[in-house]
Amino acid sequence: MARRSPRATGAPAPEVIRVENVSKRFIVRKDNSLKERLVTLGRSGRRYREDFWALRNVSFTLQAGTTVGLIGHNGSGKSTLLKVIGGILDPSSGSVARRGRLAALLELGAGFHPDLTGRENVYLNASILGLSDRETESKFREILDFSGIGDFIDTQVKFYSSGMYVRLAFAVAVHTDPDVLLVDEVLAVGDEAFQRKCLDKIRDFQQEGRTIIIVSHSLGQIVELCDRAILLNHGEIVFDGSPREAVADLRGILEHRRQSDLTAAEVSAEARVRSARAYADGKAPGALVSAGDDLVIDIEVSSETPLEGWICAIQIDGALGQVVYGTTTLRVGAQPTELVGTRTVRYVLRDTRFGPGRYFVNISVMDHAQRHVADAPQITWFDVEDYEVAVGVVSARPEFEELSE
Amino acid sequence: MTAPLDAGAVRAARFAELAITPMEVVSSASRPFWDGLKSVREVFSRRELLSLLIRRDLKARYKDSALGFVWSLIKPLTQLAIYYVVVGHFLGAAKGIPDFAVYVFCGLTIYSLFSETLSGATSSIVTNAGLIKKIALPREVFPLASIGAGGFNFLVQLAILFIAALFLGGFQLGWSLLYAVPAVVLILIYTTALGLFLSAINVYLRDIQYLIEVGLMVLLWGSPTVYSWTQARSVLGNGLLLELYTDNPITLAVLAFQKAFWVGHMTGVAYPGLLIERIGIAAVVGIGLIFVAQRVFSRLEGNFAQEL
Repeated sequence: MARRSPRATGAPAPEVIRVENVSKRFIVRKDNSLKERLVTLGRSGRRYREDFWALRNVSFTLQAGTTVGLIGHNGSGKSTLLKVIGGILDPSSGSVARRGRLAALLELGAGFHPDLTGRENVYLNASILGLSDRETESKFREILDFSGIGDFIDTQVKFYSSGMYVRLAFAVAVHTDPDVLLVDEVLAVGDEAFQRKCLDKIRDFQQEGRTIIIVSHSLGQIVELCDRAILLNHGEIVFDGSPREAVADLRGILEHRRQSDLTAAEVSAEARVRSARAYADGKAPGALVSAGDDLVIDIEVSSETPLEGWICAIQIDGALGQVVYGTTTLRVGAQPTELVGTRTVRYVLRDTRFGPGRYFVNISVMDHAQRHVADAPQITWFDVEDYEVAVGVVSARPEFEELSE
Repeated sequence: MTAPLDAGAVRAARFAELAITPMEVVSSASRPFWDGLKSVREVFSRRELLSLLIRRDLKARYKDSALGFVWSLIKPLTQLAIYYVVVGHFLGAAKGIPDFAVYVFCGLTIYSLFSETLSGATSSIVTNAGLIKKIALPREVFPLASIGAGGFNFLVQLAILFIAALFLGGFQLGWSLLYAVPAVVLILIYTTALGLFLSAINVYLRDIQYLIEVGLMVLLWGSPTVYSWTQARSVLGNGLLLELYTDNPITLAVLAFQKAFWVGHMTGVAYPGLLIERIGIAAVVGIGLIFVAQRVFSRLEGNFAQEL
């Protein structure tokens, strides 16, 4: 991937954001009215407060021109961190220093007033984001063109469709000429064509040396857009580096959480996928899988009550969550005998050609009517060895030649 | 679409400019005490936004109502009618006060400047929660914008008062009209101080906006709007109570406003002495309060986003 490194221009990129030991504590109060507050005043009031650390000792610096992804599960503190950087929340301790003009796209159209027309809202919103009236006037044409709103610009925005609303808001935000842009989950708006337009704009921004911080649950987007990713877990930085590795780590965390949720929940299904492992035929489990290897998946299933005509399904997901491969005993044409007690079954996938990276295996047991009886998402995984000449989920040997007339 | 042809040059220029820009610490709570001036500068630099917000408030308020701005006049005019008939004639307050209608409207106009701006400012932070939670701005602009919008309504009422005074009260243009200026300035000072303070507190304790309604009611009757200062004096006596009553900034502003627009003050109605001096002192105290309120505001604003 030909990504512009910040050092490509020769001159060292200046630092734009310095986050030092930032912690943020939220105090959750349970007494909210004056009366309750007075009643619980003083020492006993402590019982009505709960501390929650959204961020703990977070430090990093950011060079101009980099695009950074903040990732983590829900509640890991990434949006809080973004708000602290944006100056919307004050940190409980530590400091954030920054320079240059900042625009925060935390919510598109936050400043829109439904009763005002599109035009009035453009001026208001641009002013909120720091543009003077004259600057807005000179950019108004561009904003209007980008949004594609057309004649509706003089209609009250409460009559807009949600897509139009968001398009106009995005158009205003990207025309404020920011040095630093904070983006929170807003790239997933509008129709596909508009999304592409947004991503193109982000790429223009990268070319122009603007610094971008993105919070997103779309891990694919993070890997695609960012030069660097910071993984947060319970308010702490657990990884800071290449987006690809950060995303793989996050999946590990998510998986861990899911499994602890699972053991906590009561397992009432009569059938169960007890364990599974995936490895290349002839190699030790855990060894890297190479293109052309046969992949073996051993699955241990059990059922308390006899299960007639059952189906065993497997699905392989890439590190970004996309489905790479899937099959069932139904498709294969196998008819496993009645399942009762514990049994081990095996899939062998011949001559696999997965692209480099980590893959997760999901296994399901279904009854004869294809109702899911037991699911084991991401029960095991395997790693495929690096292939430096290509990326993606498929491995193929590339050749290139020029055809003359 | 509008990407410059040479992105590399743009990039280099941006880096060069960034390199000479000093790093700034973002948080507001860590600012030293004397740095209140910085907030003033910030607000001043966003004055275009302030005027847009005022216009937004005004435009949005009566949007889609047939009478629109007329509504902002109907309320005070109704109030005037009630006080004129009920208090003035049923209860007989009008007997000692010539031109009672103009008298009451004087008081109501300046009082409603205070009540509208203060209640607007108090709830301003909560009303603009959507913006405050998502965008970094000097938050002082929100209470200030509500004060601005309230000020506009005041101007409309003032125009009516002026016309009424000319045609009903036999009012003549004169130097006494200048009494209106310190009255308005005094009200604006106090509404700014209290507005900043209460809007910040209201984020943490929503009871404030209801408390304000009660407080404003007390202040309406606690200032000589529908009765005369002399009537209050005859009850309170000439001691400390009267001084307290008189030096309430609302009372001072109401009295000064009556001097400006009501001809009755020339017909030998008693007024507290040293009115202008009293206003001057109240104004100085008020300015001090603005500084205190601003400090409190910037202490509290850091947590607005999480409390809203």
